[in-house]
Amino acid sequence: MTEQLKEGNGGHTHQKEHKQKLKNWKEIPIGGKILEAGNSKEYKTGDWRTFRPIHIPEKCTNCMICWMICPDSCVNVGGVDDPNKGKKGVSDKPNLGNFGGFDLDYCKGCGICAEECPFKAIEMKEEKEFKD
Amino acid sequence: MANIRELALTNERLAPGHRLCPGCGLSIIARAVMRGTKDPIVVATATGCLEVSTTIYPYTAWNVPWIHNAFENAAATISGAEAAYKVLKKKGKINKEIKFLAFGGDGGTYDIGLQSLSGALERGHNFVYVCLDNEGYMNTGIQRSSSTPYGAWTNTSQVGKIHKGKEQFKKDLTAVVAAHHIPYVAQASSHNYMDLVRKAEKAFAVKGPAFINVLSPCVPGWKYPMQLTQKLAKMAVDTCFWPLFEVENDKWILNYDPGDNKKPIIEWLKMQKRFRHLMKPENTHIVEQLQKNVDFRWENLKKLCGKG
Repeated sequence: MTEQLKEGNGGHTHQKEHKQKLKNWKEIPIGGKILEAGNSKEYKTGDWRTFRPIHIPEKCTNCMICWMICPDSCVNVGGVDDPNKGKKGVSDKPNLGNFGGFDLDYCKGCGICAEECPFKAIEMKEEKEFKD
Repeated sequence: MANIRELALTNERLAPGHRLCPGCGLSIIARAVMRGTKDPIVVATATGCLEVSTTIYPYTAWNVPWIHNAFENAAATISGAEAAYKVLKKKGKINKEIKFLAFGGDGGTYDIGLQSLSGALERGHNFVYVCLDNEGYMNTGIQRSSSTPYGAWTNTSQVGKIHKGKEQFKKDLTAVVAAHHIPYVAQASSHNYMDLVRKAEKAFAVKGPAFINVLSPCVPGWKYPMQLTQKLAKMAVDTCFWPLFEVENDKWILNYDPGDNKKPIIEWLKMQKRFRHLMKPENTHIVEQLQKNVDFRWENLKKLCGKG
């Protein structure tokens, strides 16, 4: 591999992180055991993405359909309370499971959320429009 | 039953970072099904897309105890685990309620795992078996299975001058399982997630074996744009290719009847490139054959549900 190619790969932050975490044969547990449940979290699938979901808060009603149908569990659940809670006409029940942003570490950019959102509160934008 | 926002507060049992294709239906279904119970669960998975892409060494996406055995014996494995649990419970070594769940693809359920599934159902173990039907051996590179629909292209049912895709109709596995007269059998789809969670809840609640067959659209196998997974599942239900129903103690219940809005099967076929050859004028007889078969099965099902 040429120096230039190496640099090119290194620029990919997720891949770099992942490469650093690969264990050598002395660090791997005997018998090929995996000691931690759900450790696939260490493998960031976000770098597969070509389109990024953008949330439009004005249209969002916190219905959480996007959370239900995300194949990669990338929709975070926030517990933000309604500012009008306790006032007349607003339920004083604790606010359950609000939309809490996208976990772009794992989002593969399939766009199911944008397609299925009944309020069109999610847009897919090309990844090249973003600098980070 | 809890609504989505209440479900959103429950723990995630399938962690992100698994390597299923973008837009895959399998993980949507697996996440929904595992929300059907609050009790701890033990999961067995037959070889298939879900198994290989969630457990690439040294990672696992499962936040629950998970067993993998060979292609054919997910049902046998989970019934063994359930039998061991029963003995330990009898001896007083475990006193909490644990549920047992097996996932199999259509290859591991319709074809290879059918006899071990049948055996486990007959022995009456208390477990839930979920078949994730993506209509082919997608994991090994899209080969036909007995679940592949009539006329579909796969790598082992090619389209050429003589052969025009698969020449056999899809096996009706849900009816095969219902013929075991187990307490709960259901057919569900990923687009109707609340129906899916409700069915999973029912399946976990019954004493004895339960089976849910779920249609899972496959992006590379069916060849459609990845954001349309849920639309494909919905269209399969609207064309009555994949009706939603349940069989509770031998009582057949239809969950969704599109009525006059029943769409012709061609609507579903033209969304997928594996049926591309059926759009040619010389192949319309294949579409007609398929439509006839779908209608026949739909009428039959309506009769069974007492609506015909």
